[in-house]
Amino acid sequence: MKFRDKLKRLPGSWYFLLIIIIVYFLFSIFNKKIYLDSLDFFGQIIYKIIPIFILVFALMSLSNYFITPKFVMRHLSEKGFRKWFYVIVGGILSTGPIYMWYPLLADLRGKGLNYGLIACFLYNRAIKIPLLPLAILYFSWQYVLVLCFVMIFMSVVQGIFLNKLMEVNK
Amino acid sequence: MYKNIKMGVENKFVMRRAIVGAARGLWKSFPMIIGTVLLTSLISTLISKEFYTAVFSKNIFLDSVVGGLVGSISAGNPITSYIFGGEMLGQGVGLIAVTAFLVAWVTVGIIQLPAESAILGKKFALLRNFTAFVLAIVVAIVTVLILGVIM
Repeated sequence: MKFRDKLKRLPGSWYFLLIIIIVYFLFSIFNKKIYLDSLDFFGQIIYKIIPIFILVFALMSLSNYFITPKFVMRHLSEKGFRKWFYVIVGGILSTGPIYMWYPLLADLRGKGLNYGLIACFLYNRAIKIPLLPLAILYFSWQYVLVLCFVMIFMSVVQGIFLNKLMEVNK
Repeated sequence: MYKNIKMGVENKFVMRRAIVGAARGLWKSFPMIIGTVLLTSLISTLISKEFYTAVFSKNIFLDSVVGGLVGSISAGNPITSYIFGGEMLGQGVGLIAVTAFLVAWVTVGIIQLPAESAILGKKFALLRNFTAFVLAIVVAIVTVLILGVIM
């Protein structure tokens, strides 16, 4: 494979990193003080987050091991109020990129899952248990706990609200 | 006994796949995380705290709207938002603005909007993202108010 083809296949995030490195390189030539201060700041942040990343890695491995789309789908098919509970838990425990879940949710929509429950599931995906240690490092455990509770509550509010809006728009 | 050995081998395989998946997930976000930390460090060095205090006026509603808007147009791994949000807090930005930013980052998906519209319907996708933006502001205000009471 040619070098140019290899470059084309590189994800956009690597280009982002490359651009930032070039900016740093330019600062190292034209303004050494800003370059050195920024590098010092960078070192401090990395030093702070590396131990947390080890924990994040362990939690991500565990959630990959126990939680599969099949496992979540099975519980989303519950009936009544229990459905909301399982949708919340399913959203929190679901892993992988969000777009991976769209076809599965569309399939469940066809099987009777209403729009409100889908919105509730997607909202709760924002709460990532494996990433909570990093959030706690920056914002304290009390903050993270309150934020999670408020978000779970609001996910249900959004679900109910969306159901009404979709009915009106029918 | 043969069944137990077979199950053990299968579990080992699933575990290895889970670990490789986690490593792959972190590796995928590696350039974005390192790039964001480098960018945050540069911005923190270049921009004074006075700038942040000028942009965020200490008005609860306005700050949360600005935080929510910035979070809505940003995309990427939530890890990046925690690092960036945490450093914003260190620069003197208020907790309400940072919370709106964090919540909008993970609940509003402007980048995924075309895919969401195509698969789940345009009306649903637009309404979901709009209500998620409004709720990011509400969540930020309610969270900080509750924290003010309990702490």
